[in-house]
Amino acid sequence: MSNFTPLSALAGGLLIGSAAALLLWLNGRIAGVSNIANGLFRSKRGDILWRFLFLGGLVAGTGLYYGLFGDIPVARPNFPGWLLAGGGVLVGLGTSFGSGCTSGHGVCGLGRLSLRSLVATLIFVVTGILTTFVVRHLFGVA
Amino acid sequence: MGKFISIFAAGLLFGLGLALSGMTHATKVLGFLDVAGDWDPSLLLVLGGAVGVTIVAFRFILRRPVPVLESAFRLPTAKDIDGPLVLGAVIFGVGWGISGYCPGPAIASLAAPNWETWVFIPAVLLGAFLYRLTTISPEDTARTRASEGSIT
Repeated sequence: MSNFTPLSALAGGLLIGSAAALLLWLNGRIAGVSNIANGLFRSKRGDILWRFLFLGGLVAGTGLYYGLFGDIPVARPNFPGWLLAGGGVLVGLGTSFGSGCTSGHGVCGLGRLSLRSLVATLIFVVTGILTTFVVRHLFGVA
Repeated sequence: MGKFISIFAAGLLFGLGLALSGMTHATKVLGFLDVAGDWDPSLLLVLGGAVGVTIVAFRFILRRPVPVLESAFRLPTAKDIDGPLVLGAVIFGVGWGISGYCPGPAIASLAAPNWETWVFIPAVLLGAFLYRLTTISPEDTARTRASEGSIT
């Protein structure tokens, strides 16, 4: 557990939860990133701008943090591009089929005490753990 | 105007939290998912902290008849634990376990993009597009039109 960062993890989580609460309280919306992003491509006019603003704010907030504190992620030099692309396709496909991701089902769905979201969250955490084991320890990709 | 500022502010706070938590590092997320390696439980505290806030705050917020700046809450209506939910969560979990990215950190990576960003985000869009191909039938199209209020 040499990489465990409990304080920043907890503080970051509190901020994320507060952001989700703010969006629901003021705007009545669920802060589920995959659904907000997906809607960019299938929504009618008038339902697009708020999605851009939320996602733009997300990028700006991340950029603000990097500007203040650094800690910018570095690309993995030896990670195969085709594998990353395959992972991306599965993330796009899976979050569309399952109607949500870590933020929609995890942060917001659990906050609403949704059984659907609890089931989804347990499933993707468990399959994520199994997949990482296969990729890292059986195939030796890191 | 105010409602657009609040949406941007919520996104900003979300991004700050994500970066502070370390979850914009795919390797840190994989450090949590890799229980057989040098396990990093940080993600549990991120999720725990976030849900700790939403579980309390949402109770109070949803007692209101309407949100502060809009005329209605837009909440998911599905309640069933059905095939698409389970299948989707499995597929997403595999993609997440491979890459270390879920959609939030993937979009946040545009703040400081590297080659992973330019591979991953188009791939996610391709996946979402493939989903649409599998679900489009004449019936669905009619239903979508009806729900969008543009019946021809």
